[in-house]
Amino acid sequence: MWIYEKKLQYPVRVSKCDPRMARFLIEQYGGADGELSAALRYLNQRYTIPDKVVGLLNDIGTEEFAHLEMIATMVYKLTKDATPEMLEAAGLGPHFVNHDNALFYENAAGNPWTATYIQAKGDPIADLYEDIAAEEKARATYQWLIDMTDDVDIQDSLKFLREREIVHSLRFREAVEILKADREQKKVY
Amino acid sequence: MYDGQWREWKPYVSPWDPCPPIRVKWYVVPPNQYIPFQPMNLPQFPLDEALRRGTLWPALYSPYPSRRAVKGG
Repeated sequence: MWIYEKKLQYPVRVSKCDPRMARFLIEQYGGADGELSAALRYLNQRYTIPDKVVGLLNDIGTEEFAHLEMIATMVYKLTKDATPEMLEAAGLGPHFVNHDNALFYENAAGNPWTATYIQAKGDPIADLYEDIAAEEKARATYQWLIDMTDDVDIQDSLKFLREREIVHSLRFREAVEILKADREQKKVY
Repeated sequence: MYDGQWREWKPYVSPWDPCPPIRVKWYVVPPNQYIPFQPMNLPQFPLDEALRRGTLWPALYSPYPSRRAVKGG
């Protein structure tokens, strides 16, 4: 079970009315390397990974939901007062027709989220390497998102999220080292 | 242009490229690539600064300046 704290992991402030940016940010909401994919990928892999690294997947998977909330907050703030005309001008006309101003798990091109974005191979090394790759891809996505806005407040939150991807990638690398460690143990035959 | 985490490379430029060429391209190599396993007792940021930077440890910190050109640049 989880305990919910009714606050964001890091503050989200949006200082510019820019529905166009919401359309780009949705990539990290319902995209292949987005926060929903990350959370579900790790929390699902937990069950079949060696005990030593279960806690890590649990902690990081949980943090990804905190990131998902931050992205949702940004998208919500960027679109909540936008008129249909403004949404259409931002390329969100098809989204409006289908969802009004509601958030939806889709990527920046409007493709709905799919479970095929996440893998569970059951092999601990294969799964952890997928997790490392996912973190680096999410880091890159945050970089390109930072490049797409001149709103320094959104940039600030995105830079925080980007740094978290770097830390998570390192933790998954350490998990690989933990699973490899048997090699260094002294064996007496 | 950037700090020590950035690498540059020079893409091939053809005389027939339709768009003005970008002669130097950059990519970032974050510090996690050089830490196979984080050692104990690394120096830490003060807590409020750590929250803002997204990590407790200077050794793991990677700045990212927006590539969006400063106005007029």
